[in-house]
Amino acid sequence: MAKVGGVMGIWLTEDSILAVAEKVKNAGYHKFDAITPYPVHGMEDACGLERSWIPWVTFFAGLTGCLFGLWFTWWTSAVNWPINVGGKPMWSLPAFVPVIFELTILFAALASVGALFAACGLPRVDPPVVDPDLTSHKFGLIIYESDSKYNSNDIEAMFKQSGADAVHKVSEY
Amino acid sequence: METYRKPLIVGNKTLKDVTDDIASLVETPPGLGWLTMILGSSSVFLFYIIVIGIIVGTGMGLMGVSHPVGWGTDIVTFVFWVGIGHAGTLISAVLYLFRQKWRTSIARSAEAMTVFAVATAGIFPIIHTGRPWLAFWLFPYPNQRGPLWVNFRSPLVWDVFAISTYATVSVTFWYVGMVPDLATLRDRAKGLRRLIYGVFSLGWRGRARDWGHYEMVYLLLAGLSTPLVLSVHSIVSFDFAVAQLPGWHTTIFPPYFVAGAIFSGFAMVVTLMTLVRIAVPEFKKYITIDHMELMNKVIMTTGMIVGYAYGSEFFIAWYSGSKYEVYAFVNRAIGPYWWAYWTMITCNVVIPQIFWFRWARRSIPTMFVVSIFVNIGMWFERYVITVTSLHRDFLPANWGMFDMTFYDFGVLIGSFGMFFTLFLLYIRAIPAIAIAEIKPVLGFGKGDHNGGHHG
Repeated sequence: MAKVGGVMGIWLTEDSILAVAEKVKNAGYHKFDAITPYPVHGMEDACGLERSWIPWVTFFAGLTGCLFGLWFTWWTSAVNWPINVGGKPMWSLPAFVPVIFELTILFAALASVGALFAACGLPRVDPPVVDPDLTSHKFGLIIYESDSKYNSNDIEAMFKQSGADAVHKVSEY
Repeated sequence: METYRKPLIVGNKTLKDVTDDIASLVETPPGLGWLTMILGSSSVFLFYIIVIGIIVGTGMGLMGVSHPVGWGTDIVTFVFWVGIGHAGTLISAVLYLFRQKWRTSIARSAEAMTVFAVATAGIFPIIHTGRPWLAFWLFPYPNQRGPLWVNFRSPLVWDVFAISTYATVSVTFWYVGMVPDLATLRDRAKGLRRLIYGVFSLGWRGRARDWGHYEMVYLLLAGLSTPLVLSVHSIVSFDFAVAQLPGWHTTIFPPYFVAGAIFSGFAMVVTLMTLVRIAVPEFKKYITIDHMELMNKVIMTTGMIVGYAYGSEFFIAWYSGSKYEVYAFVNRAIGPYWWAYWTMITCNVVIPQIFWFRWARRSIPTMFVVSIFVNIGMWFERYVITVTSLHRDFLPANWGMFDMTFYDFGVLIGSFGMFFTLFLLYIRAIPAIAIAEIKPVLGFGKGDHNGGHHG
């Protein structure tokens, strides 16, 4: 993945980072991101982000798990080596439901987490650190140099005017 | 902004205070209290390993199981530990779905309790098989015996799938929840600690788009864990209910087992949280007496559901008109195992009634004692169900008694050593309170710039 840098401002409160994100969005920037120590309510709207697509992964993975469970219990019990257990039908669907259910949940859960890793670029070796307090009590907002309106001087001025505690030029985030 | 009837976290904490408070537990050397506890529990754990070694090396004849009681301490204790685990998922997933924000302070530790309880539980069926080196036969895999597949009509196979799925999903849910906190620790640490927390935090950066996906996955995992946790103890109850033995063959078992699981699990959470509050006094600001009171209300409510189930079983036994069914229950109450039955009733139904009084719900010593009684009572519940049903079934010629041997007591006591060792290591290595989850419920910085909570 190509390294993309930009300008990052640091703020100290949740309110100010929300206001800044809103302001940056309204100023016409598209390639920017907020960095917060915890999920800030309303940040997705402020950054203009769309709803996560991961529920689709969950749904189709769950469906796959369910169909796999159906096929596997049928194939092993009724096709590959059918064994008469207490005169029950070879294809004993009600008795197979618990296994099918568990496989549905297992596939859905693991695929959702796999999708989360893919969506967030995890795992990542040696992630960039701008300010170690960004995972504790500070809030950052970065405008990437790939943005069409990118001009580092303008952005620095705008961040300072918005009350940024610090402004950093970042080579990668 | 959102206002609460009472602040969930007391002491006007700023964001930095929260990070410092919670991270300091894993960043400072352990105190004497922790060292004493880990020394005690790891000694018991070592004893457990030795006892299991002797049982596996010698054979199942060392344990009390025999004809007619073929399911003994191993199965009783397995169900006990799985049940303990369920409250953790209830707190972390079900209360999350119901937007019960008070769960935040205890969710991480409750989920840890789930993971360790399920790990502890998982050992027992493997011992019980008698040939644990062949335990992989429980899974359907392509083999050279045909391939001969497992019998998917058997509740015991359902159990294998339920418990292994539950263990996997619980570990995943727990781990995903702690990734941002591990990143916090990474950014505070230096040297080797930084490397270790760096590896486990997976390079988490906390961008808005990351959080969007993260919160969605957290919600999805909560939504998947909720039916999962209900299914797991239902399936554990099927191990009994699908059999035709009087005392086991009842339709009430799935809800009865689930309620009992929540009951015993909450009791264990209260036991652990009272100990954590003693070990780390600063956590009293996060795990407040209000949190404890709410858990005690859950204990009393589920205790009464369990009590109702005990009564309902007797009624249905009489109403069924089956003399074997009636005898199974009369024998429980006044037969040779009367002491187990009445221990169960006293611990599970009578003693939690003290929580009708507010002072009892808010008294740490009282709730600690009650939670221990509930743990004992719930172990006896599984003992009563398993042993008293098996020891006298249809023909008096098949009747017999079950006596626990030294090795039965050894695995029972030893399993607590394993559980507490894991839990003690956890509170030293991982933030015991979810840092990134607790900050949004502080109410800091939302139209309130003085840095604290409204109170």
